[in-house]
Amino acid sequence: MNIVVVGLSHKTAPVEIREKVAFAPTEMEAPLRRMLALPAISEAVIVSTCNRVELYAASRTPESAIIELKKFLAEQHRLLAEQLTPHLYDYEGEDAIRHVLRVAASLDSMVIGEPQILGQIKTAYGYATEFKTAGVILNRFLHKAFSVAKRVRTETAIASSAVSVSFAAVELARKIFDTLDDKTVMLIGAGEMCELAAKHFVNNGVKKVMVTNRTFARAEKLAAEFDGGIPVSFENFREQLHRVDIVLSSTGAPDYVLESKKVKEIIKARRYKPMFLIDIAVPRDIDPLANKLDGIYLYDVDDLQGVVQANLKEREKEAAKAEKIIDGEIVQFQKWMSSLEVKPTIVGLRRKLDEVRKAEVEKTLSNLNGLGKKEQKAIEAMANAIVNKILHHPTNILKQSQEGSGGDIYIDAVRTLFDLPENTNDQQDVAEELDDK
Amino acid sequence: MSILPLLFNATLLIYLVASVLYLVAMIGKQTQAGKAGRWVLVAGVVLHAASFGVRHSTAGGTPVTTLHESLSFFAWCLVLLYLLLDLRFRLSVMGAFAAPVAFLLMVGSAFSPDMVVQLNPMLRSWLFPVHIAFAFLGNAAFALSFGAGVMYLIQDRMLKSKRFNGIYQLLPSLDTLDKVNYTCLSVGFPLMTLGIISGAVWANTVWGTYWSWDPKETWALITWFLYAGLLHGRLTVGWRGRRAAIYAIIGFMFLLFTYLGVNLLLGGQHTFDAFTKL
Repeated sequence: MNIVVVGLSHKTAPVEIREKVAFAPTEMEAPLRRMLALPAISEAVIVSTCNRVELYAASRTPESAIIELKKFLAEQHRLLAEQLTPHLYDYEGEDAIRHVLRVAASLDSMVIGEPQILGQIKTAYGYATEFKTAGVILNRFLHKAFSVAKRVRTETAIASSAVSVSFAAVELARKIFDTLDDKTVMLIGAGEMCELAAKHFVNNGVKKVMVTNRTFARAEKLAAEFDGGIPVSFENFREQLHRVDIVLSSTGAPDYVLESKKVKEIIKARRYKPMFLIDIAVPRDIDPLANKLDGIYLYDVDDLQGVVQANLKEREKEAAKAEKIIDGEIVQFQKWMSSLEVKPTIVGLRRKLDEVRKAEVEKTLSNLNGLGKKEQKAIEAMANAIVNKILHHPTNILKQSQEGSGGDIYIDAVRTLFDLPENTNDQQDVAEELDDK
Repeated sequence: MSILPLLFNATLLIYLVASVLYLVAMIGKQTQAGKAGRWVLVAGVVLHAASFGVRHSTAGGTPVTTLHESLSFFAWCLVLLYLLLDLRFRLSVMGAFAAPVAFLLMVGSAFSPDMVVQLNPMLRSWLFPVHIAFAFLGNAAFALSFGAGVMYLIQDRMLKSKRFNGIYQLLPSLDTLDKVNYTCLSVGFPLMTLGIISGAVWANTVWGTYWSWDPKETWALITWFLYAGLLHGRLTVGWRGRRAAIYAIIGFMFLLFTYLGVNLLLGGQHTFDAFTKL
């Protein structure tokens, strides 16, 4: 059994192609069933997001599976194969496993470490289980992908730093203030980015938002968007500033709205309680000299962008750690995969029962003194016969399961019920042993 | 007798392990290592206490009379106070300061001649251990406020210059560091005050005078005034942040001189020889 991936992503296809290939979440049943019906495919999952469309399949004949899947994807969306194929990538075996683990762990995302992709794969897997197109292999595989993604998230700092300007502002504030719950934010002007940042602050605990604008009506309107938002007139917002911990400024004013001298008065009135000033306006609203004042932390748009860039670099570093985690997990998963082969399972099962038989025969014979050669032979023969009889039917079922789809479930069950090891080396020995016979 | 070096070396080793764990936690961003470091440190502080217990019974009195014992006791106070602080603030970064400092103090202690000295009978008084305990716990609190002060300045520098390095991720917020600084100050100052008072009372029972302007006393008083000034500034004028951090660092420099410089350079009643000869 092999895992096969066919798909395209933001890295290989422009949005014009991606939107044509996307699957609507409301009608996943028909495509999933059609995909499962393909001759080379025994299990099917379809992942469709705005950045990628991928088909995951389990197959005994990966080469033909890839051809069928490519054809399926083109036909499904009424595209010409020539049109689609240049954008498609395909993986099988170890490469396929690695690819899916990387995607789930958000290493293949446009913004490395973004958390949505995991949820999207979970949803896709949800459809596959709902319509029963995922079998024992993809079930196990996707659960593996989820747990690997979780490991990457907890064991590396891949998603720990902000990669958007407004999140970066919140993160910086957390390095200045121990809590945001009792802090006050003031919005000066009505820039969209400021509004977004203010919302992030509110989501992170800020309760009080003051809004000021040259046009008071606009300040009122924006203030109404926040719980407990307070409009402040532009003429005397400076008199309120000593009560404000975080300032978000983005007016269209050509000059400084806040002079360094004024900021100095304010911070003094605050007894040097730290103040975080974020100036997103261009030209700038706040005199950059203010950053030199004790207790004032002033960030302009470039500063925030710089933080974001640094964080992105940091994520790339962390991604290298994540790749190592994935390497280890691939080895583990392949061990399990190879244990799903029929031959070694049959041999393993026989070996297990033979061990039991030998041990029990020995025990019985050593307890029964004075038996003749003939009697001993008879007991051994009986034990042999029992093992063979017991094994006969399961062996046949396992052999037959090789042909149809869904036979892996028996193999997995036998392995679990009889506690057969997953060790690959052992498997090889067993396979050789089988050939000898 | 051989149990003492054993306990001492085990403690030294444990502090080293804790230091490594905390540094790994800080540099490698492994929070698990920080948690492990905490438990290792707890084990260390218990073992260390045991070693002082043994010493106490062999010396027949408070075992803080030689430089060896003094440095070791300082290390113990530092670790104890750090662990208490950690209960409140959960600051494994501070551990990366406290544990290595404790370790270095222990190394310093290991290199100073170790002998269990019979305390001069004149000095035997219940006030001696009280004086020692207050003074050293006070020192340890100020050492931690020094650590918090340094971290505050680093963090402040990074936030102002907008250039962040690896430490940034781990440093707590400026507010928290300022609170730690203040907490240490408000714990350390009363301890120091009690240390000085108990010392004076004890001096009176031994020498018949409360205060003899011995160099240690003079420098302790200078340091005390410095910290009193800082506490006053914080409480009434509203000093905080950078200024308070710098002040705490300067205060600790004076304290270090009072603690070590005076003993090693200036002499007086507090030198370690004086404890036994008198």
